[in-house]
This record gives sequence, C-alpha cells and structure tokens, in this order.
Amino acid sequence: MPEAGSNTVASKIRNDKIPAIRARGLVKHYGNLQAVAGIDLDVSRGTIFAILGPNGAGKTTLMRLLATLTRPDAGAAAVMGYDLRAEPNKVRASIAMTGQFASLDEDLTGRENLVFLARLWGFGRQAARQRADELFAAFELTEARHRQVKDYSGGMRRRLDIAASLIVTPGVLFLDEPTTGLDPSARQRVWRMIRQLAQSGVTVLLTTQYLEEADQLAERIAVIDHGRKIAEGTSRELKAATGSGFLHVTVADPATLDRAAGVLEAQLAAPVQRNPEGARLSVMARTPEAANAALTALVSAGIALEDFAMGSPSLEEVFFALTGGVATQSEDAS
Amino acid sequence: MTEITPATLRHIERPPRPSALSNALTFGWRAVLKFRHVPEQLFDLIMTPLMFTLLFTFVFGGALAGSTRDYLQFFLPGILVQTVAFNAVYSGMGLSTDLRKGLFDRFRSLPIWPLSPFAGLIVGDMLRHLIAGAIILGIGLILGYRPEAGLPGVVAAFLLLLAIGFGIGWVFIVLGLLIRTPTTVMTLGFTVLFPVVFASNIMVQPETMPDWLRAFVDVNPISLMTTAMRGLMAGTSTPGQIALALLAPALLTAILVPVTLCLYRRA
Repeated sequence: MPEAGSNTVASKIRNDKIPAIRARGLVKHYGNLQAVAGIDLDVSRGTIFAILGPNGAGKTTLMRLLATLTRPDAGAAAVMGYDLRAEPNKVRASIAMTGQFASLDEDLTGRENLVFLARLWGFGRQAARQRADELFAAFELTEARHRQVKDYSGGMRRRLDIAASLIVTPGVLFLDEPTTGLDPSARQRVWRMIRQLAQSGVTVLLTTQYLEEADQLAERIAVIDHGRKIAEGTSRELKAATGSGFLHVTVADPATLDRAAGVLEAQLAAPVQRNPEGARLSVMARTPEAANAALTALVSAGIALEDFAMGSPSLEEVFFALTGGVATQSEDAS
Repeated sequence: MTEITPATLRHIERPPRPSALSNALTFGWRAVLKFRHVPEQLFDLIMTPLMFTLLFTFVFGGALAGSTRDYLQFFLPGILVQTVAFNAVYSGMGLSTDLRKGLFDRFRSLPIWPLSPFAGLIVGDMLRHLIAGAIILGIGLILGYRPEAGLPGVVAAFLLLLAIGFGIGWVFIVLGLLIRTPTTVMTLGFTVLFPVVFASNIMVQPETMPDWLRAFVDVNPISLMTTAMRGLMAGTSTPGQIALALLAPALLTAILVPVTLCLYRRA
C-alpha cells in the first residue's frame, strides 16, 4: 500500500487535467453560526487563488475544510482529484497547510523543526537534514537555523512556516493570511516567495483581508462574506464591477454631510457610503472626469470641503459595491 | 538577494510512506529534544515529589509509623505512584498548548499515523517518570530506605510504574484534547487527582478511616497500584496484586485510545 499510494500521488500531480480544487456546496456550521454556507470553488493547477474577506467571513473555515482539518456538514470537494471524505489521507499527502498561527514548535531550533517534519514525511536521517538545509538556504534563514524558533522575528517565523510546508512539494499549498502582522518589507518578501512557488508549479490557495494582497498575487479572487461567495473573478473583473476608482471627500462642516451625500449621489448615480465620525463620504466614480464634475457640483452647492482624494476601493467599498449592502457598521449619527 | 531556486522546490517527491513506528519514534525524538531545550521542566518534575517525600517522612513519619525510617519504608513505593499520577498532568498541559498554537493543525494535515503525536507524548511521559522515580528512589536510599527485593524487585516495580503512567497518561491526553486552556487542564487534573491520591493507602493504612471511606480506599485503583508496588519492592507481591494494579491502566488504555483517535479527527 505505501508504494501504490506514493505512485498514484505522483501520477495525479502530473495529470494536469484534474483541477487542483473542485468544491460544490460546502457547508459548515458551528452551533447556530453558519461559517461556510454553501460555497463552490474551482481552482486550476499552478495558479494563485485568493479568498478575500473580512474577519469572520468564513475564509479560515473554508480552508480548514479543504485541508481535511474539519469535516463538512454538507457538500463535496476534491483536492488534486481526491475526495475529501473518501480519501482524506491521499488529500493530506498532496497538500501542505500553513495556518494563521505559526505551526512550529517554539522550543526547538528552526532546523530541528524542519528535520522533525521531514522525518515524519519519511525522509531518512541524512536526507531529512539535507532537505532542511536546502530550505533554509532557499528561504534565507541559514544563519538562524540553530536558534530556537521563539527567538525568531515575525517575518522569519512566517518564512520558516512556509518552508515547513514545502518539505515535499505539495500539489496545493494552503496559506491562511500569510502576511498578517508583517511589516512592509517582510510582506514583500513573502509575496515574492509565493510568486516563485506558483511559477514552479505549486497551486497556492491563500486567504487575505487585504485587497492589495489579492490584487498583487492572485490570478483569481473569490470574495466571501458571511460564509457565502459574493463574487469571483480576476482582479480586473472585480474592479470593473466595483468601479475603477472611489472618490473620498471630507466635508468641513459635519452638518452639511447629508446635503453633500445627496449632491454626490445625484452627480455620480451611485450609492454613497457615509462615515459620520470623520464627516467622510465615499462614492464610486467611474472616471476622474466624473469625480471632477462631482467636486465642482459640491463647491457650487456651497459645501466647503476639508479634503478629497481619488483612491482604489477599499475592501469595505468592494463589498458595498458588490452586495449593495453596508459591510462596515455606519449608523447615521443624526 | 537569493531567490527561491525552483530546483529546491520542484520534483521533491514524497519518500515511501514511513511506518507507524517510525512516526512514533520521530515524535519521541521531539520529546527528547524538548528536555534538552527546556531543562527548567525538570525542576517542576523533581521539586514536588522531593518535597512530599521529605515533608511526609520527617513531619508525619514519626507520628504515623513510630519512626521516620519505618515510615519511609512504607511510604516510598506509594510516593512513586503519586508522582507518576501528578506528572501525567504536565503532558496534558503540553498537548493543550500545542493545540492552541496551531501546531496540531500541521500534524493533522500530514499523512501520518494518527496516534503518533500521542506516542511522542507518552515517550516524554515515560522519560519524566523514570527521571522522577530515580530521584525519589535515590533520596530514599540516602535517607535509609531499603528495598528488600533488591535490584530485580526495583526493576520490576519500575516496569509496573511505567505501565501505570502509560494508563493514566491517556486520561490527560483526552483532557488536553478537550480543554484548550493549559492552566484549566492543570487545575482540573489536580482537582480530580488530589482526592483520589489522598483517599488511598499511599500515606497511611486505611484501618483508622471511617467505613465508607475505607470501602472506597480499598477499591481505589491508586491503592491497588500502591499495594503492588510495595509488594514488588519488598519481594512479597502476588500475581493477583499485580493483575489488580494493571486493571485500571489496561481499562483506561482500552477505552481512551479510541476516544483519543476520535477527538483527534473530530472537526
């Protein structure tokens, strides 16, 4: 059985016709909470796929379902052609998962962690050490390999955590919020590594709260909220759906907020998001010219502005545009 | 700046699947490494039994048995059982910590023998039991304890002790899997263990206890274990005593191993 197992895994990895992930109607409840409420997902081989959503949207649960850490209450999914329920061990043999919290033993050195995992995969003592050292070199951690993981910085830990998922090249690599809590340079480094991984043929499924991260990395993005997929497409398609740009204005006198919202709505024919605390309004503007016209209209209506800016839509604004609902809690202050 | 070279990533095929034993030994190796990196844990391990041995022997020994030396002769095999029971709590805490930190998610997403992470914990437990047992026995010998059965008796007693530790270990593995706060595992563990350990024949013979308590003490598995340990070290044990001492560890193992597997795989 061991030989047969590894051979079929190898041959399936080479068979490009089977999608990396195919999920239909996945559902997972926790008590009354429907964490994942019927999600379909198709991820092709060798691509980077991002699951974008706010905290509590169900991203992590969806990933845990696909990584066999949690059993679905309904629905079905196959990872690298293996059914989650019927062949969980074959799924495990063809995936690797880097969770949101460093899944390393902090008391051990970095190298001991990797050797330990390599031995669990079945490498001999010598081969395990060699593989660990290769990964340390590739992830620029060679100097830290004999230090205990608890002395690693956040960025180093993340890199080691990803390295730990690559001891055996996985068919699908799951990365749960790979750059949360990292500084900008550490984040760039992790992004570069993820891109290189995908180039080498690994399918990467990552979750993120950052629109920018999904935009930078992923070929396709699924936006999920409240356990449901509310949109899916390339970054360009999603942006087209949410408008190319957002106009943000801050009014000088909060009392003029309602009036300003009315002017913007009439001018741009798009729903306006209010943020009463900052006397700030955000609205989709399809072109800079349209934004310009709207600003002029505000000035002619006698509304003084403190600040205005054109920007790409924030995650909240993407939700707003996609669902027509309000993602952030913005009660009227009046 | 070096890039991840595709050569280090591509074509790293999975080696042939390792045996369950190999997986278990790898986890055992981790337990040994932990001893090397966190020597502080030895302090906890040694201080409690040491304090118990010294305090009970010198404070209560004379009153309970006429002389401290007679009491030590009676008490020492029992304190070994108590130490093993208390030490098992620590591996439950360790497990609870691993679960909290997400380390177990990685194990669970690996194609390994599902019991191997626990086998590693048990290896760590056994090491702890042997170290603590050897220290207590050493102190005992210095203070005048003499095992009548000599070295073979002591070896046999220690083997029984490991079997007891193995059985009790599963209780705390299950608690560690169920409870996500390490300190709660400890509090709950000691809340259960204190009455069971004290309402036994470890510290005193049950003759002076009220009937209802005595009825419990006589069937308390900890008493049965202690009786067998005393017998083995004194050279007076009967196969019946040993069988009774092994009954609880065997039952615990038989019941709790499937429970452990089920909890490990559960959502």
